[in-house]
Amino acid sequence: MNEGMSAALFAVDPVGLGGVVVRSGAGPARERWLAHLAALLPAGTPWRRVPLHVNDDRLLGGLDLSATLQAGRPIAQRGLLAEADGGVVLLAMAERLSAATAASVAAVIDTQELVAERHGIGTRSSSRIGVVALDEGIADDEQTPSRLRERLAFHLTLAVAPDGDDEQLFTRDDVAAARARFGAVRIDDAIVEGLCAASIALGIDSVRAAMLACRAARASAALDARDAVNARDAALAAALVLAPRATQLPTASADEERAADSDTPSDAPDVPPPDDAEAAEPPSESAEPDMPAGPIDDVVLEAALAAIPPGLLALLALGNPKAPRSPSAGRAGAATLGRSRGRPTGVRRGEPQGGARLNVIETLRAAAPWQALRRREAETADRPGSARIQVRREDFHVWRFKQRSETTTVFVVDASGSSALNRLAEAKGAVELLLADCYVRRDSVAVIAFRGTGAELLLPPTRSLVRAKRSLAGLPGGGGTPLAAGIASACALADAVRRRGATPIVVLLTDGRANIARDGTPGRARAGEDALAAARAMRMEGVAALLLDTSPQPQETARALAVAMGARYLPLPHAGAAMLSQAVRAAGTAPAPTR
Amino acid sequence: MVFPFSAIVGQDEMKLAILIAAIDPRIGGVLVFGDRGTGKSTAVRALAALLPPMRAVVGCRYRCDPALPVGCEECEARKLNSKENGKEKGELKSHAVPVPVVDLPLGATEDRVVGALDLERALAQGVKAFEPGLLARANRGFLYIDEVNLLEDHLVDLLIDVAASGENVVEREGLSVRHPARFVLVGSGNPEEGELRPQLLDRFGLSVEVRTPQDLPSRVEVVKRRDAFERDGEAFGKAWAKEEARVRRQIVAGRARIGEVEVPDAALERAAQLCMALGTDGLRGELTLIRAARAFAALQGDAVVGDAHLKRVAPPALRHRLRRNPLDDAGSSARVDRAVGELFGA
Repeated sequence: MNEGMSAALFAVDPVGLGGVVVRSGAGPARERWLAHLAALLPAGTPWRRVPLHVNDDRLLGGLDLSATLQAGRPIAQRGLLAEADGGVVLLAMAERLSAATAASVAAVIDTQELVAERHGIGTRSSSRIGVVALDEGIADDEQTPSRLRERLAFHLTLAVAPDGDDEQLFTRDDVAAARARFGAVRIDDAIVEGLCAASIALGIDSVRAAMLACRAARASAALDARDAVNARDAALAAALVLAPRATQLPTASADEERAADSDTPSDAPDVPPPDDAEAAEPPSESAEPDMPAGPIDDVVLEAALAAIPPGLLALLALGNPKAPRSPSAGRAGAATLGRSRGRPTGVRRGEPQGGARLNVIETLRAAAPWQALRRREAETADRPGSARIQVRREDFHVWRFKQRSETTTVFVVDASGSSALNRLAEAKGAVELLLADCYVRRDSVAVIAFRGTGAELLLPPTRSLVRAKRSLAGLPGGGGTPLAAGIASACALADAVRRRGATPIVVLLTDGRANIARDGTPGRARAGEDALAAARAMRMEGVAALLLDTSPQPQETARALAVAMGARYLPLPHAGAAMLSQAVRAAGTAPAPTR
Repeated sequence: MVFPFSAIVGQDEMKLAILIAAIDPRIGGVLVFGDRGTGKSTAVRALAALLPPMRAVVGCRYRCDPALPVGCEECEARKLNSKENGKEKGELKSHAVPVPVVDLPLGATEDRVVGALDLERALAQGVKAFEPGLLARANRGFLYIDEVNLLEDHLVDLLIDVAASGENVVEREGLSVRHPARFVLVGSGNPEEGELRPQLLDRFGLSVEVRTPQDLPSRVEVVKRRDAFERDGEAFGKAWAKEEARVRRQIVAGRARIGEVEVPDAALERAAQLCMALGTDGLRGELTLIRAARAFAALQGDAVVGDAHLKRVAPPALRHRLRRNPLDDAGSSARVDRAVGELFGA
């Protein structure tokens, strides 16, 4: 039902609603939804699929090199986003979209215009698009970049199991009629207030959500061939737009405040009492049979609550809103930027493929001495010189770039009872100190804590001080020491960091006294062996590491662990935050252990 | 159709900072950091429609100010030419042009920003000619960078350099060109995406933090105005035209008045005391504080800078210049407020 409604509303107003995040694996369910959407859009609507690693030349437009050389003057190539003007853009594997691509698409959604300044050509073309982000993420932190997600009205999660009934709620003609009507659909102040109040009650931090909900409600009214938005439209909009964005359940106090607000019109003069709101609606609507009763605020909020996915509801009720935070910027594709980003360091012979940029001057310079010869050649071959300058493949020169590799420091903090709580405070301080000048060093920081029976990634790699502070504020302490689990998850994270193109450094803060084995069972001997094994595995990976012994007296077990890990060993019985961060900086410049 | 500047709900500090920069461009730019969907980009894009037009030399690619004694290289060459031809005494024709507000799109290439060899003429005629880039286009206006914290490092370096010197020097591809590039840098971003490099941070004169309004009436007003704008942009623009004209007059009057605004020694002392209490590095903080207070006084129509002006502009002028202490959980804004409170006894 929700899937079909989202598709229909989106088809009515693709530009204003921004688009849809479709979270699902590739499969029949998604294919069917897409086919359904395509069937609703007017015939001939542009439908462009953007692959994940699209380069900016293709996405935004730029210089069409072969045409340029052919013609002897610059020929611009239109970007995909401009080609899709008036239609729908599908972003494949949106959860891995690079920050830059997401920003470009977001700018187009905002301005409905594609402005590109690239390679000596500035273009400005109309680009009124709706976006369908095909999000195949599974884990919580695999999400469509938040700047984009926020601008797309609907967030769908498609069921994996294909459900049989292929009900078509609307037809292409319905959508066409709704589009014609859409501009004239009015929305009452009371409904706007209801949607805004619901967005505050659900802890939605952006005003954009309420704006999109209002548009969705208007599209819903238009689809129903009405000229005014009623409570049912508002409820639908709340369910489709607000519910997936909820970060909290409405608290009792918020409810009371809301009640107080509507009881005392003097506080908010624009809020009409509930019965006024109903009276204000056109009479045709009061005759609706399944019209939800009650004040509009409650109707909207209840609809949103009912639509919150069950898993999320449980989390929210626990007061632990693991609301998906923005994944760190530039997560995808960082490893492939070497040829196109960074400081230019020189020129080499090569073809402008795969992101390498042509150096025009060197190319022309290489071609120059051969011109007379080539012209004669072309004439004898009966190909009269069409182009003024004859440039051939072997003349191509491309830029070379040097990019400083980013370092990610992974802090693995022993948060167990044996490492007293003050260690945690020190680690927090060190992380924040490192972050404070991380931008200069192009570093990011991650924190893993282990305690009890396992390890937990508290802070995914980030450069944001704001995020770090928030994640670290709730770092709990106490319990057993599952050292092996901590090392193993550090190793996994280091591997992920490396695959992203950055260099990991692991900093382990522990006293080395493990007492929980890898499988979570207590026992000192096995736990110690497991920890050593995990440390050796990390050495095999060749990850640079530093072990800070946090016990009052230097421990032999910790030293042995450092040796097994190939790590530098530093006993720091009373390390302050400043000392810690100094030690980490030194480790960053030390050579990595040999494999 | 652009959303009118004066129709933006709340966000007074942001709007004030932008107006101050419009009155005194030497303030050194505005940084807007904060939540998504708070009208950051909207405010900057609305600025272009708000600014009164300026005089510029006809045919100059850098829109030189005819009132300046020395223009760009090209204008100087033209002046010499006109002198030789015996027309006027080196005078150039001028016309009114809109103040440029240039968007620096994420993913813009370096050659497009600084300017590069004119490809067309290089390929077609074999002539080495300079094609100005975005920096040239932003001369005497505003350069807006959305998501400034995601900008590539080498572009950031370049912008810092040009913003400081007011001149763009191009030495590439066999070209050697210099042209004026005085612009107000306006950057926006979301701190969750990453921090800004301290060097670039310091370069911004004012820094404002924007938050999503948490009260119902403001949110409702935001949504309503947006809805009205999207439904009929022209009617909405007309409804706000009067208010826009009022703000425009305020800017024009402020610009005319700013030269006469008096800064008494007492105000200078206060500014110095405030900066010392906060331990800001260098003198840029004090300078910006005084300049901003003067522009604010001009905007308000006051003739003398007083405590009230300093108090109002102290947070945006100083909050990004504090030596960061990561172990102090109080934000920079709170520290500035505290220091202001202690000093002014408010």
